[in-house]
Amino acid sequence: MIEFISATKCIECNQCVTVCPTNVFERVDDGIPVIARQSDCQTCFMCELYCPVDAIYVAPSPDGLTGVTEEELTNQGLLGGYREKVGWGKGRTSVASHDFHYKLSARSIF
Amino acid sequence: MSQQNKKLTVDVLVLGGGPAGAWAAWSAASKGAKVVLADKGYVGTSGATAPGGTTLLVIPPIAELREQAVQSRLKAGGYLSENAWIHRVLDQVEVNLEQVEHWGYPFPKDEDGQSLRTHLHGPQYMQIMRKVVLKAGVKIWDQSPALELLHDEHGVGGARGINRLTGEKWEVKANAVVMATGGCAFLSKGLGCNVLTGEGLLMSAEVGADMSGMEFSRQYAPSFAEGSVTRGRMLAWATLYDAEGQPLLKGDRTFGGIPELMLKGPVYASMDLADTEEKREFLRRAHPIFFMPLERSGIDPFKEKFPLTLRYEGTMRGTGGLRLIDHDCSTTVAGLYAAGDAASREKVTGAISGGGAYNASWAMCSGSWAGEGAAQYAQSQPKQADGRNLVAAGHHGMPAGSASSAPLEVKPLVSAIQREILPLHINYFRSEPIISASLDRLNALKAYIDRQAPATVQGIVQSREAAAMLTVGRWMYTAALARKESRGLQKMVEYPELDPRQTYRLIVSGVDHIGISTESVPHAHELDVRKEGRAV
Repeated sequence: MIEFISATKCIECNQCVTVCPTNVFERVDDGIPVIARQSDCQTCFMCELYCPVDAIYVAPSPDGLTGVTEEELTNQGLLGGYREKVGWGKGRTSVASHDFHYKLSARSIF
Repeated sequence: MSQQNKKLTVDVLVLGGGPAGAWAAWSAASKGAKVVLADKGYVGTSGATAPGGTTLLVIPPIAELREQAVQSRLKAGGYLSENAWIHRVLDQVEVNLEQVEHWGYPFPKDEDGQSLRTHLHGPQYMQIMRKVVLKAGVKIWDQSPALELLHDEHGVGGARGINRLTGEKWEVKANAVVMATGGCAFLSKGLGCNVLTGEGLLMSAEVGADMSGMEFSRQYAPSFAEGSVTRGRMLAWATLYDAEGQPLLKGDRTFGGIPELMLKGPVYASMDLADTEEKREFLRRAHPIFFMPLERSGIDPFKEKFPLTLRYEGTMRGTGGLRLIDHDCSTTVAGLYAAGDAASREKVTGAISGGGAYNASWAMCSGSWAGEGAAQYAQSQPKQADGRNLVAAGHHGMPAGSASSAPLEVKPLVSAIQREILPLHINYFRSEPIISASLDRLNALKAYIDRQAPATVQGIVQSREAAAMLTVGRWMYTAALARKESRGLQKMVEYPELDPRQTYRLIVSGVDHIGISTESVPHAHELDVRKEGRAV
């Protein structure tokens, strides 16, 4: 479930408001978007992918929050970590271009 | 809320912007049709495909290989699939994947430079689809759920909806509508699936469309209990354990035994079959989204045990949906087409789950066919849709259907529906008395849908979602009770065997009163022959 939007990192582009499939965020005039409907979050991580400045953290559980702080996440390298792993964003190589899945299918017994 | 209305007349209106809807919009626009694509969320992030990825059903064009695949599906799917339709999908998917590569999708290549077009990474795939759909001249309306269809005596003629961000109401008149709103997963929190709440099916039924295959809806997917990611294939490298740490199953990629194991107690998994660092690194890199929730929870899945849950996948990984009557994915209602998981996939999957591969290939193929069919139909009509006397058909969970002044409280109603649909002991371990009692309770909930929906944007949208989930649940259990046998995804404890005399499809129709009928299938006689052959 969406845990927070970092007030220090957010650039108020409102991309998360635009792309959220379940309408969790709300635009605020002259401010960062608010998490208006947290319980509607489906934990799909798309806001994290589309946030250009890694200001968003989605906790893994769809049922509740962890209370983790921005500082802790930054120290663990978890803020923006998913974007990096799937190669999403300018200058990165997308996982789409890897043959992992082809090999995965070849290695699975099915 | 803004009372201002946004109105437009086009040729084709596509509802739903996952892969099926995107392909439909692109195909219709490529045929010269004026198209609006309206999605509840955002085209690019919305739906079951976008956040994850999908393996495709692709078989090289070698007659023997394809015939073998078609025959094995026919048998596994209880003789409800149609060979000709599977061949069509296998042909069409090659064309579409080549197109996707042409649009810039970076498929990996083998040593000979041949593209390996077997898998699509969801975010990348859907970002490309958004780009090409826009480039084709389609107007995309994001955050714009449709609420009801427009129709007259000639068939469907558009839809009305609302913009979730602005509250602005919209109306699109179009002589053809493609329903690509996905399946219904009952807000069970599988990755990306909470947008799939069945409104497209309800809207279509309100103008008279039929559903088929709703009994084939018993699919659950294993997931880390404290995560949303349902990617069961990774369990091929896992051992399952009970609460005492005793091993239960090893490397069972079919994960068929998990519901039974869960009846006895909690089930844990550890990916300890990946026994070298090379294997572990390979898996981590191959499937980042599977590992991410575990990593964020501080669990090393290769060494530690993590709790599993099963997330219900509804009609999305079932096979039921709008009944198609022709090659162009038309339905029984003139002007209404269906694609992807909103359509019944029985023609290609039969009675078993479409799984990722079948459904992904089906989404792009049916999307293309529905888009082309809709464009052709719309362009052959004598007048534009704005010259028709169209009326709105929405009823359930809407002001037009309200019969009581009491307020509709959406959240408790959704919980009450989920209590009937999500539990394994009702929906997975199906038996006549249990399903029957559950259906009675669902029918009793109908009265709540007729109350006054909240006037907020969220309230309007969510009331309609609740009405749709309730209706889909009633269709599923009505069909389940009518199929007195076990076949594919449908199992009833009283009827553990397949009954060759029931080799037909079950069609349900109507919302207030559900009618049920059967439809014959072209390969039914092959099952009879096989049985007789064995008896001799």
